Amino acid sequence: MTSAADLPPPRAMPAACPACVVAPSAERLAQLAAPQAARLMLSLPTAHCAACISTVETGLQRLPGVHSARVNLTLKRVLVEADAEMTAQDLIPALARLGYEAHELDAGVLSVTDGDRQGRDLLMRLGVAGFAMMNVMLLSVAVWSGAEDATRDLFHWISGAIALPTVAFAGQPFFKSAWAALKAGRLGMDFPISLALVLASSISVYETWHSGHHAYFDAAVMLTFFLLGGRYLDHRTRAVARSAAQELAALEVPRAIRLSEGAEVTVPVAELAVGDLVLVRPGGRVPVDGVVTAGTSEIDRSLLTGESLPAFAGPETPVSAGEVNLTGPLTVRVTAAGKDTSLHRMADLVAIAESARTRYTSLADRAARAYSPLVHILSFSAFGWWMWQTGGDVRHAINISAAVLIITCPCALGLAVPAVVTAASGRLFRKGLLIKSGTALERLAEVDTVVFDKTGTLTMGTPAPVNLDDHPRADLELAAALAGASSHPLALALARACADAGIRPAGGEDLHEVPGYGVEGRWQGRRVRLGRAGWVGADPLAVTATWLHRGDDAPARAFTFADSLRPGAEAAVAGLRAQGKRVWLISGDAPGAVRDLAERLGIDDWQAEALPQEKAAKVAAFAAEGRKVLMVGDGLNDTAALAAAHVSVSPASALDAARVASDIVLLGRDIAPVADAARIAGQATRRIKENFAISGLYNVVAVPIALVGLATPLWAALAMSLSSITVSLNALRLK
Amino acid sequence: MEILGILIPVSLFLGGLGLLAFFWSLKNRQYEDPRGDAERILTSDWDDAPKP
Repeated sequence: MTSAADLPPPRAMPAACPACVVAPSAERLAQLAAPQAARLMLSLPTAHCAACISTVETGLQRLPGVHSARVNLTLKRVLVEADAEMTAQDLIPALARLGYEAHELDAGVLSVTDGDRQGRDLLMRLGVAGFAMMNVMLLSVAVWSGAEDATRDLFHWISGAIALPTVAFAGQPFFKSAWAALKAGRLGMDFPISLALVLASSISVYETWHSGHHAYFDAAVMLTFFLLGGRYLDHRTRAVARSAAQELAALEVPRAIRLSEGAEVTVPVAELAVGDLVLVRPGGRVPVDGVVTAGTSEIDRSLLTGESLPAFAGPETPVSAGEVNLTGPLTVRVTAAGKDTSLHRMADLVAIAESARTRYTSLADRAARAYSPLVHILSFSAFGWWMWQTGGDVRHAINISAAVLIITCPCALGLAVPAVVTAASGRLFRKGLLIKSGTALERLAEVDTVVFDKTGTLTMGTPAPVNLDDHPRADLELAAALAGASSHPLALALARACADAGIRPAGGEDLHEVPGYGVEGRWQGRRVRLGRAGWVGADPLAVTATWLHRGDDAPARAFTFADSLRPGAEAAVAGLRAQGKRVWLISGDAPGAVRDLAERLGIDDWQAEALPQEKAAKVAAFAAEGRKVLMVGDGLNDTAALAAAHVSVSPASALDAARVASDIVLLGRDIAPVADAARIAGQATRRIKENFAISGLYNVVAVPIALVGLATPLWAALAMSLSSITVSLNALRLK
Repeated sequence: MEILGILIPVSLFLGGLGLLAFFWSLKNRQYEDPRGDAERILTSDWDDAPKP
């Protein structure tokens, strides 16, 4: 009999009464009430080496209020944990002093803590399958080289003990998606894979039980490993593209300055309501639709309409979200915010056009559709034939039909597409192109017509003066002096061009900007002006221009501007034409500017003053003619056309909505990679088709062997690994 | 052939250790920043004593 002393003592209670355990301690409450530490994420586009890491980390940690800083060089980001009241605005100047350009990233857009859970899950399963494959293969080689009787059975049993849990764990992604497809009434690529895995495992268990000669445990785990490898490559390419696209979106932190009772408060755009007053500083983007109540300025509408000329804005001028304020501060009364803004209505158009595009079936899907029924029919006929031949030997018939399934299993087919897409996306990423959609490369390869937008796509959207040589030097000196006093894009361009030409600004006095009109000052006792035509008393021209008035009787002199060409624009157009594609230029800008550009680039077909709907309609008309259109554009006016096109490209400087609608994002300033992308896409599609042919060829050889019942596990292993390796090597040939 | 009775469990055990090490590295997010880790070994910041 046990005494009470032998019983284990009751567990120690940390608090005097049970209720205290449930009630949180005062300390914990205080902790909860205190504001949580801020997690700030900054993009560091110029970080590239070990010295960068330590400079940034130690530099940030020295700042008061910063708890820790960790640079991620792969993503070119730094994650800072700091006191709750710290903001990115406190850190950016500090980083600038260290010599690093930094941009705040919206942590809400980037899933900071989540990381890449799906990728790690796949990698874990891949690791398990790799471990199992190596061990089972060791045992299998022993069996193939002649292990007999009890030894063979023992090896089979050990193989099974390793392979069965592995297939059950590592094969889950296939089982799950096969089941999901089956419930939806489809037979995808994953169904024959799952069937082969299950059949190979169960046949092997049965054979091992009956001391059979052949067990396919090695085939089952090898299949899992290779297919998971393909799956992981596929996921990885997409994850890289997704995180880069997310980062572009996160760079635009949606904030606005609200004026409430005279005070300026920075608030998220989502909190703005109709009737609020919002201050838009020069250089800032208008966050909402509204009406100007105070201030005069010029606004750049190019992202919305494609017009390259800035428009005047004063009281009562309506403004739309997405426009950029150029010269003077504007106070805007909100008339529509959030979902009701014109930006958002445009995004809805995109959603409609996008749903039309998802109808595209990828090459892999088409291959799977042809492949699955064929394999199942083959396997079943083999079963039937051998049942009839052997007079009902079920074991033999099942063995053969399983061997057929295992040997034809789309090991190479599963790698054929991901291996090529990974190689091509990596190559294009190094050229500065981000492939967002999985089927973008295949669609790009089919393109025969290319439609370019003008402003911001083929041009930089920044003007450059073209007639400096027509003016006397004294005028240029005066113009340079006046232009130096303004931050208007035309003035900036003029000042820069004069500086480059070695022209020293003439000294003027009392230089000041008159927002919305130009710059005014005194020079040699006369009032001088540089600005809009009407303001200096000149007749406006059809092209972008600014006028200089010297304050005497001489008429005002016009400085005309042309949009500067985006680097690589000529190469891109020439490259696409050399590939036999028809190039169109469709712009919302005035006919003069569009014709000039078309002539400069050698584009024969152009259309000017196109409304957003017209652009989309034109693209749709091309599609109706059976043409496959590549749309390259950046503005909101291109968004619907981008979504309607067969495949679309937008530069990183484009509006968020345009980037979302496009399949490929151009990360650099140079547009020449677009032509390379079309070439590489064509090559990649050829490689994918070659890969299908290679895996088909292996089947043509291996299937008859399996059908007559001569296939052994050694044969299956050879066919599987050889075809997988050939397919991967073929993908690497991509230049 | 009795040696198999020792060698097979030993090889499986060692392989299993490797697998566990792989799991640990995944859990510890060792693959989040491969480029940064490759560069970090060049800094002399924590050469004398490990980072606390």
